[in-house]
Amino acid sequence: MDLKSSDRVTSTPLRSTASNGLKIVIVGGFGVGKTTMVRSVSEIRPLSTEEVMTHAGVGIDDAGGVQDKTTTTVAFDFGRISLNDQMILYLFGAPGQQRFWFLWDRLFAGTLGAVVLVDTRRVQDSWYAIDRLEHHGMPFIVARNDFGGPAHKLEDIREALDLSPEIPLIDCDARERESSKKVLITLVNHLYALSTAAEGTT
Amino acid sequence: MTSRPVDREDPDRLYIVTGGRSRVDESSIDLVSLIVSECDPAPGMQSEHVRILRMCTNPMAVVEIAAELGLPVSVVKILLCDLLDTGRITARHPTIAPAKTRLPDPAILKQVLLGLEKL
Repeated sequence: MDLKSSDRVTSTPLRSTASNGLKIVIVGGFGVGKTTMVRSVSEIRPLSTEEVMTHAGVGIDDAGGVQDKTTTTVAFDFGRISLNDQMILYLFGAPGQQRFWFLWDRLFAGTLGAVVLVDTRRVQDSWYAIDRLEHHGMPFIVARNDFGGPAHKLEDIREALDLSPEIPLIDCDARERESSKKVLITLVNHLYALSTAAEGTT
Repeated sequence: MTSRPVDREDPDRLYIVTGGRSRVDESSIDLVSLIVSECDPAPGMQSEHVRILRMCTNPMAVVEIAAELGLPVSVVKILLCDLLDTGRITARHPTIAPAKTRLPDPAILKQVLLGLEKL
């Protein structure tokens, strides 16, 4: 019997009054620092889980269909922040690759908003994520994780990403708690502005 | 993105764990719905059910249960539905409706901001 992660006691229990779970998703390419960012602000060590996507066999209930299905696994990391006695914010680090977006509605419906984490050495990795977020109508901000690479101006990155001026674009160091905190606050402020503006027009 | 126990998992095992069901009313259980045990495990219960009941003496999110059990989220949702149907657990669902076009309530966002600023 191999040791499974599930046999460890890892979690710090939530307060008994916890009642409202919220989600923010951090999207980015491989190695861009998603888990690092989750870890820097999370009250638990980041955990990993996965979802299985079944192709062609969705909804088939009979046992005969089981072996004909092809399945794809998408893994993602997460951490959490207890905001107050009731509200718990879950932060998900999600891979930006294509197959992941098929699961967006199933897993991340109701997400407050998203952070697109960008590595300026691989700006093109973010194009697809930004396109999909826009497609899903999910508000987001963009944060450049500082890897000590070439010092592009933020405005050049905005241009490279073809990002509209109203979408916040900031610098961050995902290893630093204060910096990651600032990224989350920037996102929520952006959401607040969008939300109050939307209320004003209805 | 590192460990993928499920890839090495025998699909038959996942099939057995869920009693062969592949569908659940997923709209009723969110990734961050908080699950609370309402009873102690009883003799003869399926081991996954026992573990869920032990885990959820304090509220625990669906995604955390999935990580602890090392099972895919959709499989865990099916297990949770069994326990919900028999009243052995209760679920505290997110108050934000998963509507595609709706932005979160500013009052909720205010509270999120307050919580983040205290970090």
